Amino acid sequence: MSQTFTLDGKTIPFADGQTIIQAAADAGVFIPHLCYHPEFKPHGSCKLCTVKVNGRHTASCTMRAAAGMVVESDTEEINAERRALTQMLFVEGNHFCPSCEKSGNCQLQATAYHLGMMSPHYDHFFPNRAVDASHPEVLLDFNRCILCSLCVRASRDVDGKNVFALSGRGIQTHLIVNAKSGQLGDTDFTLADKAAHVCPVGVILKKRQGFAVPIGERKYDQAPISETVGEGQ
Amino acid sequence: MTYQLETAQHPETLRRVAIDPVSRVEGHGKVTILLDDQNKVHQVRLHIVEFRGFEKFIQGRPYWEVPVMVQRLCGICPVSHHLAASKALDVIVGAKKLTATAEKMRRLMHYGQMLQSHALHFFHLCSPDLLFGFDSDVTQRNIVGVAAAHPETAKRGVLLRKFGQEVIRVTAGKRVHGTGSVPGGVNKALTVAERDALLKDVYHIVQWSRDAVHLIQKVHTQDPGLYNSFGIFRSNFMSLVGHNGDLDFYHGTLRARDDNGKILFDGVDYQQYDKYIEEEVRPWSYMKFPFFKSIGKEHGWYKVGPLARVQNCNQISTPFAEHERKEFVDYAGGSPLHAPLAYHWTRMIEMLHAAEVIKELLHDDDLLGGELMVEGERQMDGVGVIEAPRGTLFHHYRVDENDLITMANLIVSTTNNNQAMNEAIRHVARRYLHGREVTEGLLNHIEVAIRAFDPCLSCATHALGKMPLEVELVDPEGQVVHALSRS
Repeated sequence: MSQTFTLDGKTIPFADGQTIIQAAADAGVFIPHLCYHPEFKPHGSCKLCTVKVNGRHTASCTMRAAAGMVVESDTEEINAERRALTQMLFVEGNHFCPSCEKSGNCQLQATAYHLGMMSPHYDHFFPNRAVDASHPEVLLDFNRCILCSLCVRASRDVDGKNVFALSGRGIQTHLIVNAKSGQLGDTDFTLADKAAHVCPVGVILKKRQGFAVPIGERKYDQAPISETVGEGQ
Repeated sequence: MTYQLETAQHPETLRRVAIDPVSRVEGHGKVTILLDDQNKVHQVRLHIVEFRGFEKFIQGRPYWEVPVMVQRLCGICPVSHHLAASKALDVIVGAKKLTATAEKMRRLMHYGQMLQSHALHFFHLCSPDLLFGFDSDVTQRNIVGVAAAHPETAKRGVLLRKFGQEVIRVTAGKRVHGTGSVPGGVNKALTVAERDALLKDVYHIVQWSRDAVHLIQKVHTQDPGLYNSFGIFRSNFMSLVGHNGDLDFYHGTLRARDDNGKILFDGVDYQQYDKYIEEEVRPWSYMKFPFFKSIGKEHGWYKVGPLARVQNCNQISTPFAEHERKEFVDYAGGSPLHAPLAYHWTRMIEMLHAAEVIKELLHDDDLLGGELMVEGERQMDGVGVIEAPRGTLFHHYRVDENDLITMANLIVSTTNNNQAMNEAIRHVARRYLHGREVTEGLLNHIEVAIRAFDPCLSCATHALGKMPLEVELVDPEGQVVHALSRS
């Protein structure tokens, strides 16, 4: 890896074909992200990992690294944009952290803390979304979906089941379950599936788990998200 | 059914005085008073004006989320809702008997809650009235005034509450709105370091609690003319009692007595609460009026909370609190004391008991580890009842086969005391307002009566003497003829 680029002034080595976020992670540098996961092909939809390359905005999960690139990430301007994106994600869904069992283990919440988000800022949409409790082992709470598509990719690419898909367009885009009834209980989904364990927020939940992990022992109680670089979600 | 001063015959001819809001915590309270031209009182009502909707919006949610969600009903005693919901859901998950560690952790959490809530109520909210007088200088009648005039008392109040909050933190994970109790048990045990930190302070907490009992006992007994009669009414009363009729805040069976202390029912499994208690809806209030079914609406209402509990139990299991209970019973003279201001005395006896129980529990190694969870045969219906700081608290849930809540019924302490609080303020209005010009000091008498029952409606001193109180006299045409404001 003799090739390098600079990220916020730091020299980052990279291998051919690596994206900026992959190379940064290998070098121990955190770039905020939600739809990116190191085990899956990039989706480039959440835009949280947006950086400036030679002065132009681009998603670092889809942009391949090139020698001599000058990349800006942890700047006041870019973090303000990421904060605004995060706020929009909060108001588009129903994210009630105080009673959400994913709290403390939630990548969206941890990212919001990392970015210094103090309030949702924008008016809440309060969408009317369903809970699917039809599966004996797994609960789906669509209120918290941020459309990262990680479950779609995991079910399709790893589990070979295509249980999930994104349907609709634009603001109407939503997660659906691939069954005639639309119910998870009518699919061959199991708790052993990879898709059961990739949700960065609190949509796909093991049933009857709830608040079994005490405050202080949850993932982001142990370390802030910026110190979990390279772990995926 | 009509009660004296509940509904005036010709309200259109009367002037309306409204205390709105009475509080800023756990919903707003409002008092309305209808007066005629001679300022004679014809109608007095306490309203809880805010609609919370918890019973509705937890429908369709997974049951394991409920203990954490419903505790948001309150910021003063969330542990009560956290535990009452957990107890109901213990039934749902088939956890007939918790592990020793789980039950003791929950008890420790709850008794910490009782300690902090009672300390908050007595020292922060009520001591200004009790130490300075109900119509004393309003600029002094707050916790800052207490700190200036009685610095040691104020300091102890703050530190007692802090200790209780610390007990909650180590058991629930946070001082307010933690997650420690889960259906079927708890999610953590105590560490040795957490236990030792509490043990270091618990002995002087017990002593300060004893001193607090003696303080209110002195205040009460020095002015029996006021303290035994202010806002007085007679009623039935109810609480949980533990084994052998012990005072027990966490678990037990329901016992009720009539106003003379005669047992109405006893040993009732609270899973059957709806066979004994019914709630009446009245058109003028969002808050329901519970009553004993066996007696009926007119005479079946009751009071709950410290005054009910201390006089309902056979004894208290800890020595200092039991000594103080006997002192109180002796003072009452062999029959139940119904004076609302006696709530303060009994509340401090309970705070002492809570401190003693915490001390005992901290010496119990079961808290330091062991199995945390149990489960058994899944049920569809469960009731959890607990003695919250302000009284008996009912949580009732039904859960479908997919684990979602289909029905929730919560009867909170304030609801149980609804008729009782209305009776108390009507008595005060008759005695102090009848035929007189309304002043801030007189209005505070109404609030003093409310505060005796429920600090969630009496957070005046939270705002350091700046309770947002507005009183308006409105003529029959709706024109404001006189207004008093304290904001």
